[in-house]
Amino acid sequence: MQELQVLLSGVAQGCIYGLIALGFVLIYKATETVSFAQGELMMLGAFCGLGCVTYLGWPFAMGVIAAMAAMALVGWLIERAVISPVLGQPAFAIVMLTIGIGYVARGAITMIPDVGTDTHTMAVPYKDVNLQWGALVLSASQAVVIAATALLCALLYLLFKHTRVGVAMQAASQNQLAAYYMGIPVKRLNSLVWALAAVVATLAGLLLAPITFVHANMGFIGLKAFPAAVVGGFGSLPGAIVGGLIIGAVEAFAGFYLPEGFKDIAAYVVVLLMLVIKPNGLFGENLRKKV
Amino acid sequence: MRYIFKTDYDQDIRLAKHGGHVFWYSLLLLVLVGAPWLLDEYWLDQLTFVLIYGVVGLGLMLLAGFTGLFSIGHAAFMGVGAYTAAVLAHGGHSFLWTVVLSMGLSAIVGAVVGLPALRVKGIYLGIATLSFGFIVEEVMARWESVTGGNAGKHVPSLQVFGWQADEPVKFYAVCLLLAVLSTLVVLNLLRSPTGRAFVAIRDSEISAQSMGIHLAWFKTLSFMISSALAGLGGALYAHKIQFISPEQFGILQSIDLLLMVVIGGLGSVHGAFLGAIFLITMPQLITLGKDFLPAVIGQAPGLQAVVYGLVLIAFVMFEPLGLYGRWLKLRTWFQLFPFYRKGMFKRQKSFQKSDRLK
Repeated sequence: MQELQVLLSGVAQGCIYGLIALGFVLIYKATETVSFAQGELMMLGAFCGLGCVTYLGWPFAMGVIAAMAAMALVGWLIERAVISPVLGQPAFAIVMLTIGIGYVARGAITMIPDVGTDTHTMAVPYKDVNLQWGALVLSASQAVVIAATALLCALLYLLFKHTRVGVAMQAASQNQLAAYYMGIPVKRLNSLVWALAAVVATLAGLLLAPITFVHANMGFIGLKAFPAAVVGGFGSLPGAIVGGLIIGAVEAFAGFYLPEGFKDIAAYVVVLLMLVIKPNGLFGENLRKKV
Repeated sequence: MRYIFKTDYDQDIRLAKHGGHVFWYSLLLLVLVGAPWLLDEYWLDQLTFVLIYGVVGLGLMLLAGFTGLFSIGHAAFMGVGAYTAAVLAHGGHSFLWTVVLSMGLSAIVGAVVGLPALRVKGIYLGIATLSFGFIVEEVMARWESVTGGNAGKHVPSLQVFGWQADEPVKFYAVCLLLAVLSTLVVLNLLRSPTGRAFVAIRDSEISAQSMGIHLAWFKTLSFMISSALAGLGGALYAHKIQFISPEQFGILQSIDLLLMVVIGGLGSVHGAFLGAIFLITMPQLITLGKDFLPAVIGQAPGLQAVVYGLVLIAFVMFEPLGLYGRWLKLRTWFQLFPFYRKGMFKRQKSFQKSDRLK
């Protein structure tokens, strides 16, 4: 029973990793660039939500929607302003660029007087509620994380399967040039993908807010989402969620059974093993380079 | 405009290509040797840090700039070197041992990290090294009997054959010597078949392989040399700063190192040192500039991060060759005056170079 309890909390944490990893994968699939700013986007999103709910006193649902809308705009603007001019440069240049964006985001938040340097708790309606099934206890915030992740996955699935824009995104991610010849506005789609990734990151941030706290360095959790993305296979959307769940579960069990310290590095050990054994991840496509 | 009239094959691989090189680099060396008399103690300290970071940067430049393998965990190798130096110095061993062992140990660790590099590349390698960096940092924090854990560890000043480098000037001399030696080693390496093989791997793995270059061996070798240099830099760093703790060798330091080589200019030995100068002087410049800004911005704790981020973004967008690239353009402008054209250093976009191949 105790194992199940540990697993459950691991799954809740894993959902967060999965959501951030989802952002990586969306961007990677669409533009073949890896965004190191995803964690910072999450942090910005959480601060946006915090600003709406705590400082403006808006109702929670409205705050969430407003934060998502604002962050979609931020994601769009980032893509327009900095990413698209350097597309086609070596992948590493863009990685450095996103690291730079992360620096700016973190610095800009800490520059807000009285707000940026503090640690905040976010007032959510479901705080301090616990759900109980027999001996299993699940806090409502963890339950909401799991439910929201499942819902988001379903929505994304519908988006990519059944809408024009989703199918266009799939096409563009498979071959940008061919998609462009078919009349798909690839550039606009790229911006849209960044906006989408920012929205997903915001959701992750808002879900994480009641579990940890909102502070300027919460974006570093994004570094743990990389293992999730790699374990799932970097180019696979379901893989990101599955990878996140695996990393979350492994971490929870490592914290439970192994001595202190292993919890923090469990994710990285898993990803190193994965890279040595199966570099393409669980769901990754195995493609060989042809000359 | 200087035309080099080549009459000898040796001229192609000579370190100093023409008299100008000999003159300017001798002058630079002279200034560096004379620095203790020219600078006060504070700036000598900064110069020492530039040299130390320059050595680490050389290592990362060899790996990232010349072999095309990116490491987002290079501070871990620095940490290995630093802790080796700390332990040896506590044991009262000579600094020669420190140099040999910190480089050797870091090289071994580098070879281990290089193993995933044989199978993965691009961003996967970045994530592998990132993960490794985290693991090494955690080991440094937990292995308390050796590293002193998160409480940190004091490092005594270095000594060789009874000679103590207990003054900043003496330590500066040691750093200068080692920095010059490592630069010469790297320059020599780059004109040897090994260095050419590194560059070939960077430009195209497939064509390098077709030319008979053993990818696995050369990639591992690159990792080993690079981490050995980082280890050496780490040892010097430990002796300079005299107090080390695991968080000095964490992800932020690794990113700083990357920032250093990118801003310095990937693929140039000059870039390592230019980047180091940037990394060391930037905080000073920000401190100087603070007073001119309104207090809300000037006194904010995040100012440095924002400036770093903006500079990094600006360099990637407008000057991907870094400070060295800027210098090349300036030099060409003067050499060709008035015939310099805007598009001479234009980058080619390479949408075909995809990691995800079809």
